[in-house]
Amino acid sequence: MAKHESDELILLDFWASMFGMRVRIALAEKGIPYEYREEDLKNKSQLLLESNPVHKKIPVLIHNGKPVSESSIIVEYIDEVWKDKAPLFPSDPYAKAHARFWADFIDKKLYQSGRNLYTTKGEELEAARKDFISCLKLLEGELGDKPYFGGESFGYLDISLIPFYSWFQAYETCGNFITEHESPKLIAWAKRCIQNNESVSNTLPDLEKVLAFVQRIRKRFGIDE
Amino acid sequence: MAVDEVKLLGFWGSPFALRVEWALRLKGIEYEYVEEDLSNKSLMLLQYNPWYKKVPVLVHNGKPIVESLVIIEYIDETWKNHPLLPEDPFERATSRFWAKFVDDKFVPLIIKMSSSTREQKDKVAEEAREILKTLESCLNLNKPFYGGKIIGFMDIAVAWIGIWAPMLEKIIDVKLLNEEYMPLLNTWFSDVLEVLVIKECVPPLDELLAHYKDYYDRFMATKA
Repeated sequence: MAKHESDELILLDFWASMFGMRVRIALAEKGIPYEYREEDLKNKSQLLLESNPVHKKIPVLIHNGKPVSESSIIVEYIDEVWKDKAPLFPSDPYAKAHARFWADFIDKKLYQSGRNLYTTKGEELEAARKDFISCLKLLEGELGDKPYFGGESFGYLDISLIPFYSWFQAYETCGNFITEHESPKLIAWAKRCIQNNESVSNTLPDLEKVLAFVQRIRKRFGIDE
Repeated sequence: MAVDEVKLLGFWGSPFALRVEWALRLKGIEYEYVEEDLSNKSLMLLQYNPWYKKVPVLVHNGKPIVESLVIIEYIDETWKNHPLLPEDPFERATSRFWAKFVDDKFVPLIIKMSSSTREQKDKVAEEAREILKTLESCLNLNKPFYGGKIIGFMDIAVAWIGIWAPMLEKIIDVKLLNEEYMPLLNTWFSDVLEVLVIKECVPPLDELLAHYKDYYDRFMATKA
């Protein structure tokens, strides 16, 4: 019997969350079956509140009753437990450190400036746009001429960033810019990820659906078009 | 076999550089320490960390690694003696979770508190105490260190609070570490800071106090 055949895996998630998407892609890369549970973020389940009492946020992966939180940490956990299938991290410690650094950069810088794009207006929005574009250019610089961030194969850093692609139409509409003009290599990379990896094409929601979702958020924040 | 060249760019008053030194020392790794003047950053620092321009930076055989927790994991993976992270993946994930929790939640509050007006600081301090109380909930009653009998990743990631919190309490006149309210946390920090390798590598406390007090006084003067 395979080591993890009788594993019970539950993923508490939200369809539009780029952090949740990372976990879904990682599980799909490894071909691991799991139960997906959609959370209503305005009415969080008891299981979510108990599994992540500190942050009360998704995604949470519950493995045989034990919860793991924080998307980067969950992806690394998945890679360590199911280490015999499709390794996500490079094996070289230096390359690994590099991947961790950039995933952290995405969380700290890209996510926040992206959020500012749909929650601000006027001068603040202008600043957010500049900030976001400069993050994209830095990431594009890191990609260089490689097919993937991990080199020849799709890996941890690609998984960390690709979910944000599903938010690009929303970011572009709010921020009034076109990513393809600013960072064409990044768009090429995203399309490559989707084309060559079922884990990605099966996970990413429609860009229009995310745009509609973000527009509803903007209404709630009182941001006029 | 080539000899490893390990260099650490740091600042004597940085808790983040300090915890990297603790990791290096626990593993008995020889390294060259380079003190950075943060008001006049070296070309080397700017080249090695162009994205954040901050210390610490570990340079291993000419290759730079930045962000202290990333550095500590790198050290743990490269030098296998005295493992810092536990072996079990779930326990590793839990250690990483709590270290990230402190960096993401407690550190910004300390910074906010250091630049708050007298009216605001008590409110920020209360938030900080709640974070510490939550951190305490990760501790197991029967162990000196987070993982048990041997000092590890979580201990060195977080024990800087045992030095910085009492110092900030004096300077800003707030309460952070409360023995009655968070007894386990206090004991934990003391136990970690008692470890010989750690004890031998702490910044001079009176100088640290003077350094931060100076910064705080200058800030408060602009608010007067």
